[in-house]
Amino acid sequence: METFFHTQTLLIIAAGAIATYLTRIGGYVFITRMKRIPPRVEAALNAVPAAVLTTLVAPAAVTGGLDVSLTLLVALVVGLRLSVLPMLAIGWIVVMTLRHVIG
Amino acid sequence: MTPATKEEIRDAFRRGSAVAIAAAPFAVLFGAVAVDNGLTIAEAALMSATLYAGASQLVGVELFNHHVAPWLVVLSIFAVNFRHVLYSAAIAAHIRHLTFWQKATSLFLLTDPQFAETERRADSGIRVSYIWSMVLGLSVYVPWLCLTIIGGFLGNLIGDPKAIGIDVLLPIYFMGLVLGFRSRANWLPVVLASGAGSILALHFVGSPWHVSLGALAGILVAAVLPLDGKEAATLGETVEGEA
Repeated sequence: METFFHTQTLLIIAAGAIATYLTRIGGYVFITRMKRIPPRVEAALNAVPAAVLTTLVAPAAVTGGLDVSLTLLVALVVGLRLSVLPMLAIGWIVVMTLRHVIG
Repeated sequence: MTPATKEEIRDAFRRGSAVAIAAAPFAVLFGAVAVDNGLTIAEAALMSATLYAGASQLVGVELFNHHVAPWLVVLSIFAVNFRHVLYSAAIAAHIRHLTFWQKATSLFLLTDPQFAETERRADSGIRVSYIWSMVLGLSVYVPWLCLTIIGGFLGNLIGDPKAIGIDVLLPIYFMGLVLGFRSRANWLPVVLASGAGSILALHFVGSPWHVSLGALAGILVAAVLPLDGKEAATLGETVEGEA
């Protein structure tokens, strides 16, 4: 048993898993307790995808260095026309090229 | 099995596979980083199987290495995953018709892409069924778990993520998801507010709080802006959602 799992690590993983599951059900439990959802709250919920997912992109675009900023700019232009997989492929080619050229 | 159900399974599997491909480098990376930081392959696999949330898993194993207090590791995992609270609130109306256990199991699989795909499907006027959710979720979950184990065996063979260019893949992937929602009401002001908010919060407060604080900025903007034109804007999304 000890060679596969360590007790303290196991406990941290278990607690982390429970904490994560609570975040996954928490919003549902909270919002369904409300009798009627006001239009402003509905507008707020409607903005969740763009609002949250943007925070996973924007900081990288300004703190990741020139190579990352330029790559994300190219990916943005590509993304206005094409889907996610071509964005990934072209973005990867651009960043590898930039790193090769800039060094 | 009805042809409609087959079609649902096919759609979910196709979308799930695309997500699995995009997430694959990170599953391998996680497995490798975990083993480098002293976890066993079994522990890395258990983490992928029970947390199933990439960014928080990477944060977690980074902290394991620094001998941080256990409660702080758990708190960090919770902070990184806090955005799921917003996700499950946002999709509540789409999954309300499911039974208790169907909700309990499908919400376990709620990740960034699972959330984005669920919103898109509901936007295009299709009822989100249990079978569709589970096929979508499991076609990401199973590869995620298997690739974690493979990454664990590869260990330090992976090297620096920057050198092989995979550090930009996750931001690009999330950017693609953000663009997929661009026909929604007030999309641009929301994106600008949460973008600026997250950058400022990263500078003045620090990671991982910039995610929740930046998201809050965007959500507040959406809540205070005029409500007009919302219905017309959400209808146009069917075509964009095909990405």
